[in-house]
Amino acid sequence: MDFVRFEDVSLAYQPGSPFAIEDVSLSIRENEFISLVGPSGCGKSTVMKLVTGLKPPSKGYVYVDGREVGGPQKCVGMAFQASNLLPWRTTLQNVMLPMEIVEPYRSTLRAKRAEYEEQARALIKRVGLAGFEDKFPWELSGGMQQRASICRALIHKPRLLMLDEPFGALDAFTREELWCMVRDLWQEEPFTVVLVTHDLREAVFLADTVYVMSKRPGRILVRREIDLPRPRDLDVTYTEPFAAYVHELREHIGHIRES
Amino acid sequence: MLSQNTLIRLAPWLVVLFFGLLWEGIVVAFDVPAFLFPSVSSVWHSTVMHWDPIMMHATQTFLTTLAGFAIAVVFGLVVGAAVGSSPIIYKAFYPLLVGFNSIPKVAFVPVLVVWFGIGTIPAILTAFLISFFPVVVNVATGLATLEPEMEDVLRSLGASRLDILKKVGLPRAMPYFFASLKVAITLAFVGSVISETVASNLGIGYLMMAASSSMDMALVFAGLIVIGIMGVAMYELFALVERKLTGWAHRNPNGAM
Repeated sequence: MDFVRFEDVSLAYQPGSPFAIEDVSLSIRENEFISLVGPSGCGKSTVMKLVTGLKPPSKGYVYVDGREVGGPQKCVGMAFQASNLLPWRTTLQNVMLPMEIVEPYRSTLRAKRAEYEEQARALIKRVGLAGFEDKFPWELSGGMQQRASICRALIHKPRLLMLDEPFGALDAFTREELWCMVRDLWQEEPFTVVLVTHDLREAVFLADTVYVMSKRPGRILVRREIDLPRPRDLDVTYTEPFAAYVHELREHIGHIRES
Repeated sequence: MLSQNTLIRLAPWLVVLFFGLLWEGIVVAFDVPAFLFPSVSSVWHSTVMHWDPIMMHATQTFLTTLAGFAIAVVFGLVVGAAVGSSPIIYKAFYPLLVGFNSIPKVAFVPVLVVWFGIGTIPAILTAFLISFFPVVVNVATGLATLEPEMEDVLRSLGASRLDILKKVGLPRAMPYFFASLKVAITLAFVGSVISETVASNLGIGYLMMAASSSMDMALVFAGLIVIGIMGVAMYELFALVERKLTGWAHRNPNGAM
């Protein structure tokens, strides 16, 4: 059974305006890690809005967990290129934010605050932010902010994690550290991931399946399964098969940009 | 040798002292008649001599201003929250608000006098009318500039509009709100004094009108200076509150990692 399924989905943001994505069909297994790559403005973020139910499709159907999406999904965690941490909250308070909103945590927060905070602290420790729980966002580096942002996306144990270019603004070394962090989180307690990115190495390193999208209106042009053994180490990025995948995807992108 | 910090702390006092001396010097040097432009020393002399009435009228003006300001803050918060969180309300009410704000409030005082008689009530209302606008605009701006990604994060968690307003919108608008309080309190003084000069027999505005009609310019200037001092004091108070409550928005860049 597919966890997320798109059936011939098109979306125009305004009625009558051109489609942002057109006739997109894809299916994602439970606990699969997929990546969407493509030139800028190809509607990758639109796919995110459709999966999370923030936008209804203009045509076609979107199913999550066997049910048609009709409104915001509660089993979703999101993280973006900007960490969007609230500057008046500490790391711990930021990570706790979903617990104040998502049921069943929300109604039991008063009684079980200590327990939930313990979970948050444990998660913060797993992403390597131990000791920074009570710091404010501006006291954290960009990479640390992104770690906290991903904690916030995962604290309510969503079954689906949406990552919209989360490492786009980071330097190369920090980016690779965060790849490994996401890989470990996912490997230890699997969940379904949709990663939108410009970085082909990132897509190949992390994903089970990479989808290449065309220019506007975005369509799925290529679906490529990445058959690299897991767990993957950073060293894999210097191997021949890895380079072949990246090269192949790069060629597809090149064709799209020329067309 | 004075340290940099001491110098910064002393600077505003030194500027006041400088202009005080300049004022005194000009009046003495050119022998300006006191009924046109009194010297600092004669203003000071007049202040001491009329201390009790000045204090009585200043208290009246102060309380009137605070009452109008308080109404403006509550009104401004409610209207600002409504205008800032709904594009429809924003579109519908903004022209009206801007239009109203363009009316000189002194032109409105006679209307208030017809409705409420002379005295404290028109002064409170004028202070309110003149000072609510910056609160509305700032609270609305704070709410309307919420990052769409943040809203997506919250909505994808199933947050209601009220949740978003409480968890993110209002806290985020607080620095804007406190910044507007500093502007609003000084405007509120303008409003109450305007009304007192036109239609009251109490307050600093009335005191100045009475003094100028008897050519007591020293007392008029004493009134002006008292208003200025009250304005600065309240401004500083709200600046302090702002720094205490929304320090996260005014952090020292050197303190960041």
